[in-house]
Amino acid sequence: MPHKTFFWFILPSLAAMLLFIALPIVSVAIQSLHIEHEQVLITVENCGPFGCEQETVVDTAATAELRQAQPLGRFNGLGTYFDRGHLATAEVAEIWRTADGIREFFSRLMNLPFYKALVFTLAYTAIVTPSVILLGMAIALGVNALPRMFRGPTIFVSLLPMIVTPLIGSLILFWMIDAEGIIGKTLQVLFDDPELSLKASPTLTWITLFVYGIWHSAPFAFVVFYAGLQTVPGETLEAAMVDGASRWERIRYVVIPYMAPLVVFVTLIQLMDNFRVFEPIVGFSAEANATSLSYIIYSDLRGDVARFGSAAATSLLTIVGVAILLTPVLIRTWRDFNRKRA
Amino acid sequence: MTFLRTTALASAAIFAGSAAFAGCGLSGGNVNILGNDFAAIQSVVAGAAECAGDGVTVESNLTTEHRDLQVAALTANPAQYTSAIVANSSIVPLINEDLIRPLDDLVAKHGQNLNPTQLITVDGKVMAIAFMANAQHLYYRSDILEAAGIEPPTTYEEVIAAAQKLEADGVMQNPYAMNSQTGWNLGEEFVNMYLGHGGQFFEPGTARPSINNETGVATLNTLKALADVSNPDFLTFDSNATAALWESGSLALATMWGSRAAPILDDEGSTEEVTSTTVLAAAPTVAGGNTPASTLWWDGFTIAKNISDEDAEATFVALLNGMTEDRIAANNDLAVWLAPGYTPGATAEGVFATATAGARPYPMIPFMGLMHTALGNELSDFLQGNESAEQALADVEAAYTAAAREQGFLN
Repeated sequence: MPHKTFFWFILPSLAAMLLFIALPIVSVAIQSLHIEHEQVLITVENCGPFGCEQETVVDTAATAELRQAQPLGRFNGLGTYFDRGHLATAEVAEIWRTADGIREFFSRLMNLPFYKALVFTLAYTAIVTPSVILLGMAIALGVNALPRMFRGPTIFVSLLPMIVTPLIGSLILFWMIDAEGIIGKTLQVLFDDPELSLKASPTLTWITLFVYGIWHSAPFAFVVFYAGLQTVPGETLEAAMVDGASRWERIRYVVIPYMAPLVVFVTLIQLMDNFRVFEPIVGFSAEANATSLSYIIYSDLRGDVARFGSAAATSLLTIVGVAILLTPVLIRTWRDFNRKRA
Repeated sequence: MTFLRTTALASAAIFAGSAAFAGCGLSGGNVNILGNDFAAIQSVVAGAAECAGDGVTVESNLTTEHRDLQVAALTANPAQYTSAIVANSSIVPLINEDLIRPLDDLVAKHGQNLNPTQLITVDGKVMAIAFMANAQHLYYRSDILEAAGIEPPTTYEEVIAAAQKLEADGVMQNPYAMNSQTGWNLGEEFVNMYLGHGGQFFEPGTARPSINNETGVATLNTLKALADVSNPDFLTFDSNATAALWESGSLALATMWGSRAAPILDDEGSTEEVTSTTVLAAAPTVAGGNTPASTLWWDGFTIAKNISDEDAEATFVALLNGMTEDRIAANNDLAVWLAPGYTPGATAEGVFATATAGARPYPMIPFMGLMHTALGNELSDFLQGNESAEQALADVEAAYTAAAREQGFLN
């Protein structure tokens, strides 16, 4: 395709991407560099049904004047990025200086909200992504080996976890693992421990969230791989059979190399999806034991005071994180692309 | 749900509209109410909806997420809602951002029937009309305590001892519960207990935190002792969860909101055995203090600034129609009403006892919300036994300081 035709061909989607993806990111980036104006405080008498109190209030007229002069707020540079709620450079340096050994360093690092969230987010991504790919591949191979008449119903049932809305799916599981729920109670009986609670211990909460993540995403990998399996050339498989290859050898040396681009595709999507894990944390009320970067953004924007600057900084750090995670996969794709062209 | 309810209100309003009080004597105006979602507020808003007709429209959005919507919705010009129903903590961001209007002229014109205690004044200007009071207080099961030979507790030390005795005697495992879900609920428990210990959240006259001290540590140790006699899932317990546990009969002692009393004591969702032996008592005191370890709350309505005067007047009149003496009397048990027409009943005993014993109102300070959020997020590590009380309090102060700097309250 000539460059000019190509340009006109992608212009509409390019314009939409600029408008709906690039511009908002630029606006968030600008926001992350600013903090609120200094609040002008005055003390007044407030009265209500329970009597009167001397209390502090914001002098709204004076604050409005400041706001008029600088609508974006005070410029804070990268200050928000390095404060305790984010990269916490000063706190990390202090911990590094005073910590007694690497163990204590890490346990004190986990006390900082950003690192606590980052570690869970990375662990979730690192465990759920490969598990989803392996499980999805296994289900796809299994379904593909079924007699034709059973395939339809099996595919339907296998897709159910993906059809259920994430929040609803996690809430259903949340009630089942409750100490009074069917899974929670069964585990208590099995392990003979009436105090066993999947919600109370950090380790068990993490495992619950991982299992939920795999349960929810495996159907996606399965569908992609199953579609891919339909296009594996029959001749090659038959030739391998003639050569005496077992079922495992056929999968290992014919099917998997053939499916490699699909695996890369699913890996990319899953890395991005898992890095922004969010719904299960809300659904499982897991805030105490597991928070993710997306959850920090959400909690900044909720409640009586919305902290836009802090949320914007975490959002940009999340984008940087996704970019770092995707780089190896993208480099690989780029190399493959160049090799094919050559 | 909310949409359905709005539609139902609207159709109720259409029927009511045929009656004599259509429009409530107004010549026109749009009323749109944002508020929390529980029975007392539903009844006030249903009363406001009766004013629809004759050029007056009444809509509402009642949702537990109201606090997250209100600032953005009222910042718009014209505002998305003409009224936000708030409590003493959620009115603060609206005042901080100057989004609600003084009501003095409307009170003078239409508010002859209001009790003086209903007027919430900030710097001498009426900013909200309160209609109900609320507080967390003690619920206990008289039959279980009697059978175990335990006197009804009046201090948290006695609550802990009673719960430990019930566990030791094998009567009940985890007999106590409080709303201790990580986040706002856990923050509220600390606020109550800290004030009960006589603590100060901020250095006087400044926004600098002052909780990392002996009082803070004592507060945390009390909360830890209570958590130890709670179900191990306590960090996931919100109001709905604790009320359900109570109704299922698996608790003997609990600290819950007064507004939960009516649904707990009614004949739905529980057994006669539980409801007939549930006693509502004042919030306990703690550490030898004189005032209950609880905060008093009011719920009331505000009127948005960015709307026309006509809409503001219509909203004011419509909401007053939601708290007429007849309506309050008809819904007497739904809340501890502050408006005229209320006769205190059984469901109000806990809140009344708590207020009479001298509990303080929740502080209406501009940066209290940031402190509350920091408390809610940073205390769970300590309650799970993963860090020391001093460390947890230092974390709270650090998290609060970072947030307060960003919001311009600290330098």
